[in-house]
Amino acid sequence: MTAEPIDTVLLDADSGEAPWQRALRHLVKRRTAIFGLGMVVFFVALAILAPLVSPYDPQTTNWAAVRKPPSMLHPFGTDEIGRDVLARIIWGARASLAAGLVSVSLALAAGVPTGLVAGYMGGFVDGLLMRMIDAMLAVPFLILAIALAAFLGPSLVNAMIAIGVSQTPIFARLTRGQVLSVKHEEYIEAARAIGNPHYRIVLRHILPNIIPPLLVQATLAAAAAIIAEAALSFLGLGEQPPDPSWGSMLNTAKNFISQAPWMAVWPGAAIFTLVLSLNLFGDGLRDALDPRRG
Amino acid sequence: MTAFLVRRIALIVPTLFFVSLLIFGLQRLLPGDPALAMAGEDRDPAVVAFLREKYHLDAPLPERYWLWIKGIAEGDFGESIRIKRPVRDLIFEKLPVTGELAGLAMLVALLIGIPAGIIAAVKHDTVIDYGATMAALWGISIPNFWLGILMILLFSVTLGWLPASGFVTPAESLKQNLLTLIMPAFVLGNAIAAVMMRHTRSAMLQVLGSDYVRTARAKGLSQSRVVLHHALRNSLIPVVTLGALEFGTLLSSAVLTEQVFTIPGFGKLIVDAVFNRDYAVVQGVVLCTALAYILLNFFADIAYAVINPRLRA
Repeated sequence: MTAEPIDTVLLDADSGEAPWQRALRHLVKRRTAIFGLGMVVFFVALAILAPLVSPYDPQTTNWAAVRKPPSMLHPFGTDEIGRDVLARIIWGARASLAAGLVSVSLALAAGVPTGLVAGYMGGFVDGLLMRMIDAMLAVPFLILAIALAAFLGPSLVNAMIAIGVSQTPIFARLTRGQVLSVKHEEYIEAARAIGNPHYRIVLRHILPNIIPPLLVQATLAAAAAIIAEAALSFLGLGEQPPDPSWGSMLNTAKNFISQAPWMAVWPGAAIFTLVLSLNLFGDGLRDALDPRRG
Repeated sequence: MTAFLVRRIALIVPTLFFVSLLIFGLQRLLPGDPALAMAGEDRDPAVVAFLREKYHLDAPLPERYWLWIKGIAEGDFGESIRIKRPVRDLIFEKLPVTGELAGLAMLVALLIGIPAGIIAAVKHDTVIDYGATMAALWGISIPNFWLGILMILLFSVTLGWLPASGFVTPAESLKQNLLTLIMPAFVLGNAIAAVMMRHTRSAMLQVLGSDYVRTARAKGLSQSRVVLHHALRNSLIPVVTLGALEFGTLLSSAVLTEQVFTIPGFGKLIVDAVFNRDYAVVQGVVLCTALAYILLNFFADIAYAVINPRLRA
């Protein structure tokens, strides 16, 4: 009668918990991370439901309401040609989130295989690939993105490609480092000893074990990509008018700063909130996935 | 040390080669005939023919690459199509402006980031530590062009304390020069201050827990002496290297800061060149930043190895 509860306690605290369950348990305990995740989900919902929740069409001009300060009718005010700022913020979430998602997916798709090959093969191939990665890292992130966007031509798609290409070296380096750290673990040696082909060792044994740091980096890179998209659009190299994006809204707002400051406040606040939320979530995820912490 | 230097230089050569390929390759991204694309809207046949001749556009690729590299080695970065001046001159003209801005920004970053990191580490797990950590996260997350606009709104439009834009060279008026650069330098330095704070904090935390710091405390040294003389010195080494690595971030952000405050520097040069389809200027600026970055990190590595002999092995 007395022995039974002790057994259950031991079971709960120790065995039977998969690593991802443990990580999830740690993550849920971090309030700032959950708040960040909640805000990101809120922005995603806003972007998806834009046609339903937006109070106005983001492109309809209204010459009777040019640069009107925030009011009941227009909670965030109107811009220089009478468009509702709130509606443009809601629709603009699409460009920012798309940039975060597409750029990071591109960077993962190009960087992870490069890092896997370099780390696993080593030797000349590793040296060659890493010098190429060094070369890409030598050009500052945004300057490379600007140059690529300049030669490809300004558009949201090209901005996303440019950001994805500029972020590729980060993932290649991270993957390579992680591969090097697990390559000589016993379970890899065991997998090799029983005659697994190289591609199977890399994809089935190495890759699943290095996903946690990649996931954290992907979250933080999405935050960086969103700022970069806003920056390119701010410079006129991203989403083209009249399509709404937070960066290009700030670009226009800059010219009306004394007459219509609300035009500058809201798009920036949106970028800041989304990026901060992703960073909070990424930091929390890193702590939760790190077995040494918590 | 010689072996270390040789190895380090051997790493630079292939990197430089790939950087040159990357920048040369940008041209290939232009849709259609590069001569037509470079000639701009009017597509004057004379200009197109001149460009074809000047950039050897009819020659095979490897030959074009060789001619381009040879030109750069001789200091010929091409010519601006729009302003009709050598790219090299344009870059040298803008370099001091961005250099001053970047230097001031680095100063801001050091003056805020390092003390904040030390205080956060010493007051570990207190409200002060949480506050500083949170402030650093804000600094990393805030888009600097927005921060710039907000500062203009507050300090120029509302309070009228500082000029909103423009640039005065220090030779004309040092006071005016610094007044125009205060806001841009803060905007540019703030994100790097945040990164520096994070690194100083974690490096300090590590050192403060080490045996020799405990020994220093056991000897009865004062808190300030332990922190500033014993712990800080060792924790600053990685932070200094970080400065070289953050140089890239500094240049990237300078492009935006210069755009917000209309400062005629490097960043403004590349953005204007992009809109004027002045591709030689874009390539020249990218090449110069990459070269500067590679050299700076090379020297940082050497400095690091001089300070820390274990790295030379």
